[in-house]
Amino acid sequence: MPLVKTEGVEKQFGAHHVLKGIDLTVERGQVVSIIGRSGSGKSTLLRALNGLESIDAGSIEIDGEHVDARHADLRALRLKVGMVFQQYNLFPHLTASENVMLAQTVVKKTSRKEARAIAQQMLERVGLGGKFDAYPDQLSGGQQQRVAIARALAMKPSVLLCDEITSALDPELVGEVLGVVESLAREDMTLIMVTHEMRFARAVSDNVVFMHEGRVWESGPPEEIFGRPSTVELRRFIQ
Amino acid sequence: MIEFTFAQIVEGLLLAARWTVLLSLVSFITGGVVGLLLLVLRVSNSRLLRSLVRIYIEVFQGTPLLLQLFIVYFGLPLLGIDVSAWMAATLGLTFFTSAYLAEIWRGCVEAVPKGQWEASASLAMNYFEQLRHVILPQAARIAIGPTVGFGVQAIKDTALVSIIGFAELTKAGTQITNATFRPFLVYGLVALIYFALCYPLTRYARALQRKWHAAR
Repeated sequence: MPLVKTEGVEKQFGAHHVLKGIDLTVERGQVVSIIGRSGSGKSTLLRALNGLESIDAGSIEIDGEHVDARHADLRALRLKVGMVFQQYNLFPHLTASENVMLAQTVVKKTSRKEARAIAQQMLERVGLGGKFDAYPDQLSGGQQQRVAIARALAMKPSVLLCDEITSALDPELVGEVLGVVESLAREDMTLIMVTHEMRFARAVSDNVVFMHEGRVWESGPPEEIFGRPSTVELRRFIQ
Repeated sequence: MIEFTFAQIVEGLLLAARWTVLLSLVSFITGGVVGLLLLVLRVSNSRLLRSLVRIYIEVFQGTPLLLQLFIVYFGLPLLGIDVSAWMAATLGLTFFTSAYLAEIWRGCVEAVPKGQWEASASLAMNYFEQLRHVILPQAARIAIGPTVGFGVQAIKDTALVSIIGFAELTKAGTQITNATFRPFLVYGLVALIYFALCYPLTRYARALQRKWHAAR
């Protein structure tokens, strides 16, 4: 059974039809990259997967949690789905470790001691074991984004969504964040990422989804998508 | 005419000033608690609750405090509810203060970036957890300056309750003036006492703001 399955997902913002029936399947442990021009609906799709955007039609099922236009248990869904944002969105009034601990203690009622241990472990995993007590504004963009990844991972999600997580970074900081993502991919974390890093998408993805005008225009293994694009839109896009 | 020494005048005013301080504290605390409740409803997802609170805020911001005091003090007894001057004063000031604080704080909550709501929602926090742990702590830092600023205003506004006969500082000033016929001296002293109450608060607000500003 696939870990993530969407059927006929539609979303409209006023007169603007952003998602026009998205069918997407992601198996456990897969890395899926969603590529496409801005306005193609890829970020909206990603945000629909954890309920940040409601959907107008269709259904989403993630690790047994079912969401459709009428029904959504967002708390249960979001416990299965982690998300990392373009702008990091760390909590500025909390230290790196407190950022990672907060939802564990508040939502999962994990003891502070255990949450601390998990925070330490997650921060080490993203190479920031030494920044335990640093506040976000004492960290570089790349470091902040890695804390954001640690914060999402600490909730032990079944799938991690990454929304253009290197787009706000200075070029020299992109590598350290992609390095973390790559190591997650190797550890069989299920990842769905919207990205503009084509070379990276090609290197780590099991599947690449090309979105165009609110539809999945083409999808397949990276060699196929990047090597033998079958539509003229994709060919134009990857040029 | 009764003869008052200067010391007696000052003593009389200072004793009355205790009521001003108490009234300010009580109305600020109850107004703050009610204001926080209003704030939580004002930024909630329910359209009905949001508009109800908006109406409350607009009514109490859009009418003079003096009239609100009149309505509570003279109006409620007509409905068979007995209110003392103290009760009327704290009630009126609580309505007024809560409306203003809720609106000041709403601005502060809205100054917290949308990404903070989204990040905390993505971590499966519910609305109250988001407010409690992520949004309000950040909004509070923004709110300190304007809140203390409003507190100063609220102290001065307590002078209005002298009209309904509550014997706070301004009322005492009037009574002593009536007995001594020395309005310039007495009201001057009253003004000085208000200033002595408000000025440290203003300084404190500025210091707090600088401190939070420096500490991010």
